[in-house]
Amino acid sequence: MSAVGAMTDGAGPDVRHGRRILIIWAVANVIFVPIVIWVLGPHIPPYDASQQSTDQHNVNVVLSALATPVLLMIWVYFGYSITVFRQRGPEVVDGPPIEGDPRIQVTWLAATTVIVIALAVYGTVGLLPSSAAGAGGGQGPNPLSKPPNAASALQVQVIGQQWLWTFRWPGYGGVQTPYLVLPVNRWIAFHVTSLDVSHSFWAYELGVKADAIPGNDNVAFVRPTQLRSFQIRCAELCGLWHGHMNTTGQIVSQSAFDTWIAQARVRYQGVTQQLPPYSHVYYPAPDQRAG
Amino acid sequence: MSTTESPPPTAITKAPRFREQLIGFHLLWGVVLAALGYFVCHWLGTKIGNHIKGQTATDQDDIAVLLGFLGATLGWLIGLGFFNYPLSRMMGRPASLIEGEEYGVWRYFRLCTDHKVVAVQYFVAVLFFFGVGGLNAMLIRGELTSDNATFIQAGNYLTLVSLHGTMMLMMMSAGVLGPLGNYLVPLMIGARRMAFPRVESLTLWLTVLAGFMLISAIFLGGFPTGWTGYAPLSVEARAGMDAYLFSFALIGISLCLVGLNIIATVMTMRAPGLYWNRIPVFVWGMVTTSVLAVLAAPVLFAALYMAALDRTVETTFFLASNGGSPFLWYNLFWFFGHPEVYILALPGFGIVLEILPVFARKPLWGYRVAVAGMFGVALLSFMVWQHHLFVSGINANLRPFYMFTTELISIPTGIIFLIGMGTLWRARIRFTVPMLFCLAFFFNFLIGGLSGVYLSDVPSNVTTHGSYFVMAHFHYTIMGGLVFATIGGFYYWLPKITGFKLNETLGKIHFWMMFIFFNLTFFPLFAAGLLGMPRRVSSYNPSLHGLNVFVSISAWCLGLSLLVFLANIVWTQLLLREPAGPNPWLSKSLEWQLPSPVPSYNFERIPVINSAPYSYGIPDAPPVADFGTPARLPGGPAITPEGGVL
Repeated sequence: MSAVGAMTDGAGPDVRHGRRILIIWAVANVIFVPIVIWVLGPHIPPYDASQQSTDQHNVNVVLSALATPVLLMIWVYFGYSITVFRQRGPEVVDGPPIEGDPRIQVTWLAATTVIVIALAVYGTVGLLPSSAAGAGGGQGPNPLSKPPNAASALQVQVIGQQWLWTFRWPGYGGVQTPYLVLPVNRWIAFHVTSLDVSHSFWAYELGVKADAIPGNDNVAFVRPTQLRSFQIRCAELCGLWHGHMNTTGQIVSQSAFDTWIAQARVRYQGVTQQLPPYSHVYYPAPDQRAG
Repeated sequence: MSTTESPPPTAITKAPRFREQLIGFHLLWGVVLAALGYFVCHWLGTKIGNHIKGQTATDQDDIAVLLGFLGATLGWLIGLGFFNYPLSRMMGRPASLIEGEEYGVWRYFRLCTDHKVVAVQYFVAVLFFFGVGGLNAMLIRGELTSDNATFIQAGNYLTLVSLHGTMMLMMMSAGVLGPLGNYLVPLMIGARRMAFPRVESLTLWLTVLAGFMLISAIFLGGFPTGWTGYAPLSVEARAGMDAYLFSFALIGISLCLVGLNIIATVMTMRAPGLYWNRIPVFVWGMVTTSVLAVLAAPVLFAALYMAALDRTVETTFFLASNGGSPFLWYNLFWFFGHPEVYILALPGFGIVLEILPVFARKPLWGYRVAVAGMFGVALLSFMVWQHHLFVSGINANLRPFYMFTTELISIPTGIIFLIGMGTLWRARIRFTVPMLFCLAFFFNFLIGGLSGVYLSDVPSNVTTHGSYFVMAHFHYTIMGGLVFATIGGFYYWLPKITGFKLNETLGKIHFWMMFIFFNLTFFPLFAAGLLGMPRRVSSYNPSLHGLNVFVSISAWCLGLSLLVFLANIVWTQLLLREPAGPNPWLSKSLEWQLPSPVPSYNFERIPVINSAPYSYGIPDAPPVADFGTPARLPGGPAITPEGGVL
């Protein structure tokens, strides 16, 4: 067993190490936090195609700006420690037997608790009925986060099945389309459900993700703000062609939407007559259960 | 127990001849009887299945497959001799409490009640299955060099993904409790065995069987669900799904029993003087993990049982069309699944905090707080499971609660960082290979933890849920955290287990390759997820092609780094065999005060513990334990302070 090491570090007393670490950390923060917010920030998804994705983008930037100082603090501390307190050579020397300091422990606990509560409050605010940030996530049949006039939102039923998406429009005679076209600047209520296994409706640029689960009416809201296309993907493993269960949606002006849906009603008239009546959930016949 | 007193430690009888061994109970007969059991019960199942088919018009042979697995398990356990002891006792015959030790090197291929042998068996098994899971990952990355399904057919790709996930989750949850837990817990608490040695061996052989049963899914058509086995898909999947259900159930039983065994051992078999506040922090890591395993695994078992019933006798627990609900599976699975995630974190905390003081040459900074942090993690992990379901359509009012509890977990995990930082403060840090892995643990786990904050925040979760962001997140916590810590632990404890040194230079090459390519593999995947790439796909947006090719190349280099590890083990442990000496790291921990490798029965005499093993740098610190003088009656059992058990 090695002898107790003599206190031979040339680095001086504790306070100087602490001060140096604090200074390095502060400098690193001054450099990197603005970079995260203003240089990296604009490139953080899901960008700004809808009110929801804009809000989620802002949340991501805020979280990144908060995470950066924490990351830097740990990195600076560890980097400093393993550089300055490193013992080279074959000789094994014991360090000073410093016991845990309850004051530091309590301070650390208090600091992390404050950060956690702040995060939780911030996240909860994003879920309040008045907020748009949480409205894009599937909320089940009784949504909490929703626009003030949710009843007047454009109702779109999203139906997942292996391995394609179809869309049903209860406000337009229950017509079912294989494409999704949405009007800009209007609240849209997605009612997501599935005919077979679980899928997840992910309209990436819109900031919408809602699991399509058989027997469940999963509601998500979005208000598109840009005329553009968006990707639709399946985000829940649903079997063989899960990775191919994607399509492209389009955001158009209200008048273009009206024209499109009118044409769709005519074109898919025959299909609509064959469909079961519009419902929040559908139960295919039991004998279709796969073997 | 007193009637079946063990022979004294040195009196190992001569190993029987090979021919005599052939007729005993061991691995060979386990395999033969398992195969026999499978075919007999499969035939029986086909008969029953035919009858049920007549009633329900399904063409599945799930009953036959599941019954076959049940028969295989029974045959396996009979062949390995697990029923000998209870049957002997039931018939009033004398039965040996200690088994297998007289068989020399053959004891590694049979039921053996020496915890050190079981640990080595576990080590080999886990390493093998880890290799299988890793090869799956290499193939997955191969497929993902193209943005469309190319050289692996889509169904096989899903089977690969599912096998990789399930294999890794199953094996890594046993990956520390099994090898290191079984090896070190008795040594660290000054005991000669685990509380239930036969159960200990049972958990090992169940784990081995479960691993091979899971692999057998390949021959049953594979399964498409990933490790989560989401219900409506799992009910309609082909017979490979039965392999998933049965093997995961075996792992559930095994985990539960490992946990009970470790808790019982620590509670009842501590050496005199080893008060609760002197137990090494690694043992605390094992205890908290065991608590999680004992409480969570039964829920998994129940869920798997329901899924098996849905698949065989046409119940509808998880089928919405007939009154069931997929949400039942989600909740049951994640009620197990989230504690499971911490079953994959707490052992890492324990290993890292145990090794850090040795190479910082300082006492653990805040022992009690560290233990409290581990219990905090364990407790909170049962209250967060619905954060896996944020966008699934759970009651929207519940989301803030689960967001809050999820974020609360960062308080106890933050404590682990604080303890690490305090221990490094003004330390004398030596960059040995185990220490490098421990430091990398903090680097990786920090990134994993901070990315978890995005996932816990519901608005941010809308983008990241089910994407490669999640995938990168849990690889940072499980691979960057647990696997790095475990490999560090192996570098640290392997010289104690085998008695032979590992090569330091190869170890450092392994470390730097693994650290660099781990980060180059998984950090870009955060970006892939944020840019819209869902998990478990074989085709993706062509704009992400370059990123995926880069990740694939890094992943293969990461795989190569593990070959360096393997080469190091084979070369130094099997070929070079350079003795490591009893205490190469100059550790104060109890196990390092014993010879390497540790002799059978561990302690000549049960030691009396003087302090927690972290008294580095304390002048005049007493030795960690008083080993006393060997006291033994001539030819009789060793006398121990607690009355001479074993």
